[in-house]
Order: sequence, then C-alpha cells, then structure tokens
Amino acid sequence: MSRIKGTFAALRAEGRAALIPFVEAFDPDRATSLALLTGMAEHGADIIEIGVPFTDPMADGPIIQAAGRRALNAGATLHGVLGIVRDFRKGNDKTPLVLMGYLNPILSYGVAEFTRDAALAGVDGLIVVDLPTEEADLLLPDAATHGLDFIRLIAPTTSDERLPKVLAGSSGFVYYVSITGITGTRTASAEDLARDIPRIRRATDLPIAVGFGVRTPEQAATVAKYADAAIVASALIEKLTLSDVAAVLGDVAALANGIRHAVKVAA
Amino acid sequence: MLRYAVIMNEILKNSLRSGPDGRGRFGEFGGRFVAETLMPLILELETAYEAAKADPRFQAEIDYYLKHYVGRPSAMWFAERLTKHLGGAKIYFKRDELNHTGAHKINNCIGQILLAKRMGKTRIIAETGAGQHGVATATVCALFGLPCTIYMGAVDVERQKPNVFRMKLLGAEIVPVKSGAGTLKDAMNDAMRDWVANVKDTFYIIGTAAGPHPYPAMVRDFQCVIGEEAKWQMQEAEGRLPDVAIAAIGGGSNAIGLFHPFLDDTSVRLIGVEAAGHGLESGEHAASLSMGRPGVLHGNRTYLLQTEDGQILEAHSISAGLDYPGIGPEHSWLHDIGRVEYVSIEDEEALTAFQLCTKTEGIIPALEPAHALAHVMKLAPTLAPDKIILMNLCGRGDKDIFTVAAHLGFDL
Ligand SMILES: Cc1ncc(COP(=O)(O)O)c(C=O)c1O
Repeated sequence: MSRIKGTFAALRAEGRAALIPFVEAFDPDRATSLALLTGMAEHGADIIEIGVPFTDPMADGPIIQAAGRRALNAGATLHGVLGIVRDFRKGNDKTPLVLMGYLNPILSYGVAEFTRDAALAGVDGLIVVDLPTEEADLLLPDAATHGLDFIRLIAPTTSDERLPKVLAGSSGFVYYVSITGITGTRTASAEDLARDIPRIRRATDLPIAVGFGVRTPEQAATVAKYADAAIVASALIEKLTLSDVAAVLGDVAALANGIRHAVKVAA
Repeated sequence: MLRYAVIMNEILKNSLRSGPDGRGRFGEFGGRFVAETLMPLILELETAYEAAKADPRFQAEIDYYLKHYVGRPSAMWFAERLTKHLGGAKIYFKRDELNHTGAHKINNCIGQILLAKRMGKTRIIAETGAGQHGVATATVCALFGLPCTIYMGAVDVERQKPNVFRMKLLGAEIVPVKSGAGTLKDAMNDAMRDWVANVKDTFYIIGTAAGPHPYPAMVRDFQCVIGEEAKWQMQEAEGRLPDVAIAAIGGGSNAIGLFHPFLDDTSVRLIGVEAAGHGLESGEHAASLSMGRPGVLHGNRTYLLQTEDGQILEAHSISAGLDYPGIGPEHSWLHDIGRVEYVSIEDEEALTAFQLCTKTEGIIPALEPAHALAHVMKLAPTLAPDKIILMNLCGRGDKDIFTVAAHLGFDL
C-alpha cells in the first residue's frame, strides 16, 4: 500500500480528516525547509505538500510567487528539492510527501529520470499544475512505473461530464481547487463545499482534499466536515515571512487541532 | 537540407498549412498546458472558434471591420531608394504599419473581439509588451463598448509611455506588472491569473501566436490576411511570387501571418528574425530558437530560453515587442523541419536600420520590424537585382521615438 493510501485508511478508521500543510522548498533557505518538514510532521501534519519553485507559477498568488522567488534566489533546483526529501526521510519514513509544481523543471530533468529519482528519494505523489488530463500521457506512465501517486486537480469549472476524464489514472487523493482563482486569494464557503464535495464524491472513491484559500483552524474545520483533507499553504508561508519556524509550527498544531474537532457531515 | 527534403515530401502529401492536429500540436510543439480551472474554457473557446470559422457571416463581419475600420488591404510598397542604396534585390514592404493603431496587432484583435461577442463574454483582458497589442485591444474594446484590463510589465510601462497614455485615453485599465523582470512574460502570467479568477465573463485576447491551443492557430488565422494580400499584391506588381519573405519575431504573429500563405510555395525562402539584444554571446537577448531548447510555458510546448533546471530566463531586447523568452509553437515546428530559417539581429543593428528606413523611405518603422529590416540590409546586397524580397513592415515607430532618442543621445 502506498504511504498516502495507508495514511487515509488509518484516518478513516480514526474518523477524521487529514491536515496537509505546504512548504515552499528553499524558502528562504534549505535548512529552514528541512526544519519545517520535520517539525510539521511532529505537530500534526498528516501529509506534507512541498512546493517546487518555478519562475512562472501561473496558478499562484502573490504570496507563493514571492516564496518561489526567495527560493530560487537561495539556489533552489528540482535536484535540490529531492535532496531535501532524502534528508527528511532519514528521520521520517511515515509522513507522505507530495511534490507540487509546474511541468517545465520536470521536463528539463527528464520525465523518466525524475520519476525514478523522486520515488527513490521518498516522494509519494506528484501534483503538476499545468499538466491537464489532455496532456497527462506525458507523465502518467512513468509516474505509475515508479509507484508515484498522480494527484489530479479538480476545479469548480470541471463539469460532471468532464470529471471521469480528469480522474482517469489518478491515485492517492483528489485535489479540489475550491475557488476559481489563484492561491491565497479567496476562500470557499461552507455552502460552496456542501454543494461541490458530494458532486466529486459521486465520481470517485479517492479521498478528497480541499485547497486554495484555507487559512484558519476554523476554515480547516469547515473543510474537514465535508472533505477528507485540508491543504494550507499561503497562510503558513506568510507566517514564516513575518515570524519564524516555531510560529509556523504553532499554527500547524492549531490547524491540526481544528481538524480534530470537526464534526463530519455524513458523505 | 536532405533531412528537410525527406520530411517535406512526407508532409507535402497534405500541406504544411494543415496544422495543428486534434491535440493542438504542430509536430511535438503546442498543446494545452494549462491548469484544470482553465481547461474547460480552452475547450469551449476551441468549439466556439471552430463554429465561427465555419460560419460565413463571421468571416464577412471580420472582412467588414478590416476594410472599413482597420483600412485593409494595407499597401505594398516598392522601397526603391532603399533598394538602390543597398544595391541588390528589389525590396518591397508590406505596410501593416498603416493599419489603424499602427501595427498588425489589430488584425487579430478584430477577430478575437468578434468571437468574444459571439460567445457572450462581457469583459476583455490582454497582455502587452510594446503596448501595440494593448492599444489595439483597448481600441476594439472602445469600439464595441466592452470594459478592458491590460497587463503590462512595469519596465515596459516606463519605456512605452505614449502607448500607455493611449490605452488610458481609450478607457482601458492598465495594470503594471512588477513580478519577474516586469516585461511581456510576466504580463502574460498575470493575465492568465486574472483569467483563472474571472472565468465566467472574461475573454482573454492573446496578442501573439502562442499560448494554449487554439490560440496559436486562431491568432495565425486572423493574421494570415497579411500574407494573403501580399501574395496577390506581388502578383499585381511583379507577376510572380517573391523570392524571400522576411519578418521579425516576438511571439511570432506577424511572421506567421506573412509566412503561412507561402508555406507550400517552396520557391519562397522564409526568414524569421529574432532579437539578439546585446549579442547572442552576452546572454542578454530574446533568441529562443537560436539559443533556447524545448519546454513548456504559457500553455504550450515550444522553444524557450531557460536554465539547465528548467527555470525560464529573462529575455532582453531594445524592442519591448520582441522581449519574450518563448516563441509560438508553429515556428518551433517550422524551425525543426527546416521550412523557415531563423536568424537574429542585435539592438545596434536594429537602430541603424530604423534610421536608414526613416531617411531613405520616409517611413519611421517600429523597432520590431527594424530588426527584420536589419537582416534585409545584410541579405539584399548578396542577391541579384532580379530577386525580390518582401518584408513585413508590421508597425510604425511613433511609440519608439523616446527609446531611440535616448540611445542617440537626444533628450526629448
Ligand atoms: C510592431 C510590432 N511588431 C512585432 C511585434 C512582435 O509580436 P509578433 O511576433 O507576435 O508579431 C510587436 C509586439 O508587440 C509589435 O508591436
């Protein structure tokens, strides 16, 4: 069983949703990222998403854009990101890691080489923002060969007819982009989620994670009522720029607590 | 040339003009690399464009606006003094700088805004580099009474002030983009971000033959009027096809508009001119085909200036309209199969051509076609006087006088 599958199976038994915090690798440096990953796993993160810096992050808002710039200035590369994953795995063989990024650095690395190296380093899943299902044959076969979960994005604009097409070949979990927009801007309401999540449930048995615009423990709890995981990115990155690693880990603990107190709405 | 001949023979069974395929690809280039949020819109756009293309009323509408509003057909001019000065092949200009708003960009904007109207969209966004596409977009938005937001790199806002003011007069909202190097690439990122956030009512008028399918094909189709007119105009003037057709390349829309109608006429040598900025060795240039390698940016797979790690590099050119680290995917394909030659011209050479054109022909060209002209200056003297060069003079230079003045040491 993949780490991601195992994690969700355990959480289902516990009857709660997962917290997936986000770390932009190398923001502002390698050591900080490694400290965040290690610390988050100890402060209630069930899965961690690692942002792979790219010069042109088209789906990201100002906060993640700035994080990416800081990371690139600190020398971030895709090889370097895999290096952080290898170091993290020396002390943690349990917490699933998902890389989120854009296609071009992967193409530069070489799809076959990258999927092989990522799996060896201890990466569990991939989210490639600018690789829609229409182009997925570029990466899907290699990801499958190396046992990497291929996590697809679903948006409010994805129609019911389109859902099965988008979900084809996906594994691990489904990432629901809960707003039409870029990261760190708007937040979906409870009504939005009550309407949208069941629509996706009907199309898949995979766990559903909600991201884009989840910031507070209350919002995470709302997400946890309807979905199987809450992804928090911009709010944590912002906290890091204003404060320090300890403060971010404090927020992660509070978010984890929010999720643990959510009352699940029957699916 | 052998490789080229073999591939050509294979493809010519059909035509070099038949691309893209059903996945929006020209060979291995093109495609639709966008986030899922945008994907349904891209598909809707493709369906709407296919329907419009099949509707004679749509083409009739375009023709009406091109004739009575844009002022087409644009003239084709025998540049006699320049020809004498260079002492070689006969040089003709396709004068798209005479279009309303001063460049070829409006050809595409007319087509796209008519499509936006058909689709019931009520808000227009666009990116712009030199400001020519922004002005053309703001113009058609004024004409059709639609609100319009233009994304423009903060650096370009500075160096293209006349166009910024023009857009404001036309009623557009200008958003200066500070991310990255603050040029065209960054403006395109922010326009895409706006589109993702406003999917219901907004139509994104992309200004060049790049981006996710169907944009490269659609923009090309709207720009092909350049080459189609030039073809019959050359027939009238000389009773034959030109020997060479030359155009400058930013994203490649004026060039593909000129080249495409000639792609199957294998006697016509086609040359695209990229911006070499401070020189190809300096690393400060915009020559994606000469110096880049294939990758994915802005929705399409194409040649890009990038690092080993796949990070996109900043381009450099004195010409804001050429200052882009990518190129339309059809050009990448035409490059790889060898049908079009791609060369590059440095800032200084373009400035020299700019002045020569002004003095010998009484035409102030934009800095973009000045790059094409600089290559004509190299090529014409090497060809016999009975050869014909056709160059796309795709924009006028009013917008560039501040930049040129600064380089020549004048304080305006
Ligand atoms: C006059 C002119 N020529 C050329 C270009 C480059 O664009 P393209 O390569 O799409 O024709 C621009 C872009 O702003 C322009 O204004």
